[in-house]
Amino acid sequence: MLVNRKLILAHFWLAFAVFGFALTLGAWQMFIRSPIGTWLSNPELYYRSLTAHGTVMGYVFPTLVAMGFGYAISESALEQRLVGVRWAWTGFWLIVAGSIMALIPIALGRASVLYTFYPPLIGNVFYYLGVVLVVVGSWIWVALMSVNLRVWRKAHPGAPVPLAMFANVAGSYLWAWTAVGAALELLLQIIPVAAGLKATIDAGLARIFFSWTLHAIVYFWLMPTYIAYYTIVPRAIGGRVYSDSMARISFILFLVVAMPIGMHHTFADPMVGAGFKFIHSAFTALVALPTLLTVFTICASVEIAARLRGGRGMFGWIKALPWDNPMMLALAFSFVMLGFGGAGGLINMSYQLDASIHNTQWITGHFHLIFGGAIVIMYFAIAYDLWPHLTGRELIDLRLIRTQLWLWFIGMIVTTFPWHWVGILGMPRRMAYFDFGDPAIAPQALSVTFSAIGGFILLASGIMFIVILARGMRAPLADAGPYRFALAVHQPATVPVALNTHALWVALMIALTLTNYGYPILNLALSSGTSVPAVYVGAQ
Amino acid sequence: MSTRDLFTFSNSHFRIGVGITAAILIVTAIAGFIVLPFAQPWVQFANVWDAICSAAGVPQRAPSVTTPEQSKRLSEVVLTSRTLARPSQEAIGRGATLAQRCAICHGPTGISRADSPNLAGQYAAVIYKELHDFRSGARTNAVMSPFAVNLTDDEIADLSNYYAYLPRLPAYHPTPQLPKPNIVIYGAPIRGIAPCGACHGSLDNKTGSPWLEGQSEAYMKAQLQAFASGERRNDISQQMRNIARAMTPQEIEQAAAYYASQPPDVVKAVD
Repeated sequence: MLVNRKLILAHFWLAFAVFGFALTLGAWQMFIRSPIGTWLSNPELYYRSLTAHGTVMGYVFPTLVAMGFGYAISESALEQRLVGVRWAWTGFWLIVAGSIMALIPIALGRASVLYTFYPPLIGNVFYYLGVVLVVVGSWIWVALMSVNLRVWRKAHPGAPVPLAMFANVAGSYLWAWTAVGAALELLLQIIPVAAGLKATIDAGLARIFFSWTLHAIVYFWLMPTYIAYYTIVPRAIGGRVYSDSMARISFILFLVVAMPIGMHHTFADPMVGAGFKFIHSAFTALVALPTLLTVFTICASVEIAARLRGGRGMFGWIKALPWDNPMMLALAFSFVMLGFGGAGGLINMSYQLDASIHNTQWITGHFHLIFGGAIVIMYFAIAYDLWPHLTGRELIDLRLIRTQLWLWFIGMIVTTFPWHWVGILGMPRRMAYFDFGDPAIAPQALSVTFSAIGGFILLASGIMFIVILARGMRAPLADAGPYRFALAVHQPATVPVALNTHALWVALMIALTLTNYGYPILNLALSSGTSVPAVYVGAQ
Repeated sequence: MSTRDLFTFSNSHFRIGVGITAAILIVTAIAGFIVLPFAQPWVQFANVWDAICSAAGVPQRAPSVTTPEQSKRLSEVVLTSRTLARPSQEAIGRGATLAQRCAICHGPTGISRADSPNLAGQYAAVIYKELHDFRSGARTNAVMSPFAVNLTDDEIADLSNYYAYLPRLPAYHPTPQLPKPNIVIYGAPIRGIAPCGACHGSLDNKTGSPWLEGQSEAYMKAQLQAFASGERRNDISQQMRNIARAMTPQEIEQAAAYYASQPPDVVKAVD
């Protein structure tokens, strides 16, 4: 029961429009610092573009997808009209306003601080205010998801919350709490300095606040993808979810352990004690658990579909899968990229192994493979799956959709594998220019060239994606029926309270944040002499 | 079971969830704060509490070792966004009066005929820092040091604001404009040299760096050589010394000749 289709379509269209813009910038960045491009002689332009690319891809694009998908889940899984539609539109327009407010200073070169802010570098105050508006807009969505679930619970006391909505609300709570870190950094530290009320900033404390956000935000980006794994893929390929409880356990594990692990981003920072770094490293290892549970459950669910289609044998069933179904293809690509990206992630989270790849192109390769690859390819799949229900028109050209998914997969591998490789060779990240004429790095020129070519394959795939969706708006009308989510093999009649509510897990998430972040934050906040003069972008 | 009973020990999910989480936290805390610190044979701890404090990152006083005596003073200038903010007309006027004693070398309009730096339109922060450094002895010069020694903080600020206020004029030693050499545009990344133009103009201007267009070639060359030899050392964190040391004599010539040939009106007006 999708009633507010315009609302959902608006979120998706804005998301994919800004995605197309940022993707173009990304491809240009790859080209301009590769051996095949001529250096533009101005690093500032490069960092300007990089700031826009990161801000859009990190804050605006995935947030809008999660919001649009969240509204769709709320209406179709709960089978009730969205409560608070006006608020939802308010959130949407706040994001529009925030994005414009942030992008203007970036375009003028007054906020080339990259999306991770990097204090004591300080950009124009409107950049940060824009980011705050985007976050506030998304918090409205968090509140609405909670309210809608509450309304449904009142009407269905004791009934199991549909899995899609349970996971969706878990994702929204994770976002609400993880965004607090960057919000504290912006409101208490950066914005007062950017507005000229203060002239010094504690850069170390700011980095800790940001690490609070920076890792769990990845799991917020991941939530729509995992929801699609569990509740869309099995239905789309004619199977069933292997275990509803396993799915719920995965999502609550993300809530608990995605949060208190961000300090593996600050392994090289001197202001955090080694003991806390170790704890965060150990908890980061635990985050592999819900992913492994998911991979197991989804493989089992897919096997069910294959066997229902007549698949036989130990591995023979793989042949029986509907490989011409875009959803099947997207899932397979996503899993392959998740596997490689996850393996790389295990290296990043190890205190000692990290030392060899810290701040190299390996990291850039890693998060593009996980986010741009495993996660975004499922965003495409979600859009393809929802589109006929939102537009009332059929997406006819499945061959084009498959080509688009193939190109994205190939493009992402061609882009990120050489990135990992040159990272191991020691190529630093965030550099605007490399002198490939120098014998010391000339051997890396070939890898970087491949990487840049991959960037253009991705751009081609991204353009195809937008074209497919745009054509879908003009296709002949066809009733796609009600939007449904996958059923479990054993559809739960009752679910234990702990697996049907979020309170216990949210409490554990907050408690672990206090234990793992409390002392490092207080230590710096209460020490004197930890601030340094701010460096204003473009100031003389 | 209702939601109310969720947070009770009779609920097995609560017991298991909280129990496992707490157990993992305790085990990792013991490993991170006690076991691993003691596993480092090269670090000595007085007791367990000492190891815990160290692993938690409690700020500790370094053992009192005698720091080697600094043979030469280092720059101690701190510049915040407020230091030179919004000078009044009176301040600029006071600066103009004070600047009369500078005119013999730096020119009555801030344009030098004597291979001294042109100061007209130079960033206030730059003049502010150099005068402070001359006064403190972080930078020394037989002519400049005696002038700077008796300046007060306010006088330095007024002079800086006055010269920043003057219009940028073409210098007296014009040469045909030269093409941008590689060192200015690309730097030499492999030797750790950022492009000169990224901070000093032509590409971008960064806080604290002077713009160099139209400055005296002889002066710039002499300064780069002084940085390279370590004779001049008032650059913060050795920023310029590291660069100048890695530059070839040819690159020093090229950079100095290029900037000297540029008219100051190409200086990017960012402020």
